[in-house]
Amino acid sequence: MNAIIVSALLGVIMMFSSWCVKGERTQKTIALIGLFVLIVANLAQMNGWYVVNYDTKSMLTFSRFGLYANTLFFGLTFIYIWINGEEISKIGNHAADFYALFFFMLCGVSVLTSFDNLLMLFIGIEILSIPLYILTGSDKKSLFSNEAAIKYFLMGSFSTGILLLGITLIYGATGSFHLTIPQAGVKYEQFMTSAGLILIFAAMNFKVSAAPFHFWTPDVYDGAPTVFTSFMATIAKAAGFIAFITIFQTQYKALGYSWGLILPFVIISTLLVGNVTAVFQRSVKRMLAYSSIAQAGFMLFALYGTSTLANEGILLYMVVYSLASIGVFAVLIKMKENSIEAFHGLGKSHPLLAFLTTVFLCSLAGIPITGGFFAKYYMINSILLAGAGLWLVIVAMVFATISVYYYFKVIQAMYFVEGHPAIMELDKTYTYKLSVIAILLLILGVFPSLLFNYLYF
Amino acid sequence: MPIQYYIYLCLALFSIGVTGVLTRRNAIVVFMCIELMLNAVNLLLVAFSKMFHGLALASDATTTVGIEGQVFVFFIMVVAAAEVSVGLAIIVMMYRNTHSVDINFLNRLKN
Repeated sequence: MNAIIVSALLGVIMMFSSWCVKGERTQKTIALIGLFVLIVANLAQMNGWYVVNYDTKSMLTFSRFGLYANTLFFGLTFIYIWINGEEISKIGNHAADFYALFFFMLCGVSVLTSFDNLLMLFIGIEILSIPLYILTGSDKKSLFSNEAAIKYFLMGSFSTGILLLGITLIYGATGSFHLTIPQAGVKYEQFMTSAGLILIFAAMNFKVSAAPFHFWTPDVYDGAPTVFTSFMATIAKAAGFIAFITIFQTQYKALGYSWGLILPFVIISTLLVGNVTAVFQRSVKRMLAYSSIAQAGFMLFALYGTSTLANEGILLYMVVYSLASIGVFAVLIKMKENSIEAFHGLGKSHPLLAFLTTVFLCSLAGIPITGGFFAKYYMINSILLAGAGLWLVIVAMVFATISVYYYFKVIQAMYFVEGHPAIMELDKTYTYKLSVIAILLLILGVFPSLLFNYLYF
Repeated sequence: MPIQYYIYLCLALFSIGVTGVLTRRNAIVVFMCIELMLNAVNLLLVAFSKMFHGLALASDATTTVGIEGQVFVFFIMVVAAAEVSVGLAIIVMMYRNTHSVDINFLNRLKN
């Protein structure tokens, strides 16, 4: 509750500071202070202190898991703005407007982590999506940005329509929008419930870009300004996953037998499409777009394993993946072009930056002592505990191996190919900021449980 | 009228919307088809709401069962309006740069 109220207020404050406060540095500082306030307000609620203690008539429930996920999202956004603030103010005329949109999106994120009613699910998804359409098209003069925005907008609202039909069919079958676990004794319209759930499943797959509904992802991620791609591929996507898990960890029973057919199909096709297509990309940005589809396949494992281990795993995976992606995209922003040739010889000219990029890419690939290893370990472990067949694990491992190939292609371009990197002027502090992310990744790679100890006390 | 008629009507409207989105090439028309999908859902929600209300009226004359379906319709209308304002802005931005609203024109990102 605190997070929802405070983030909406902060969004309005940022909107006004767009014309009251001059200077992009000041606006960035206000945004960072605002995020700090938001984190404090959210932690206060975890310790039982409310700004407004309002009875939400069970529209929202605040679980420890959701509140903690909120804290992580706010922390990630803090790191994101801290690193990319200067880059954001280069796009458009009013940086503070973009910060306002970030706060509104965080409001949507906090609804998505705490909803208990399909109405709030719909509202949360829309609050998250509509600012994303704006951010995608924020580079108004660029035709790529325009194309990405219109594609994202049309596809996004199309999937919203499908989500709404699903919600309506569930309402028609059960007479309520609440997420109740289907009971054995009560007679529901079985067909309408299943049809509704499958439509919601499709729409949520759309939002997190899982395979049969992934086709918008490469174009949109490629066309949007790289700073905003970084936010879209990490925090916005992870929030979608939290919502996805909240619905289906209780509701999958209503699908019965067919759930065990649909989910492995989606997981395997996501892994297949993401990894195999990423191998053939020349542009690093497009490669990262496909790799984010592949990572979504791994995050879907949390849906399969419905245990506390899966919940811990999704938190770890989302933090590690977001940190590493924010890092790689932050390096990519400083490149003059997106092709892999731009990285040639980076190891000689910028040794520290090249080393940090290597850490990020190793983490995405899941190499031990970086966080990505334990993230993948928790995911695989949770599906094994949930009783999935060994074949699913083997398929996942094969695709994880394929992903090493295209991540290491960039490392190879940096260290083993002679050439001049097409990189912009870089000040020292930027590299130091990135090394903070790398250190966090290494810490999580050694002590992953540091992240969720706080979940329990 | 039986509820089935409403379900068939709404699913037909929804399918017309989906077909339009998938086949038309004018951004405005695609957008109209998405609105058609949302309004088909609105109609279905109101029909279900009346159905549950009517069932509950038989036992209790002052019941408010089924009201939440109609409240949902208002939320959909508000969110759709917000989406329209953003979407039309994006379409206008595209028109300024390309002097066309044809989405076939948008294929630069493919290769």
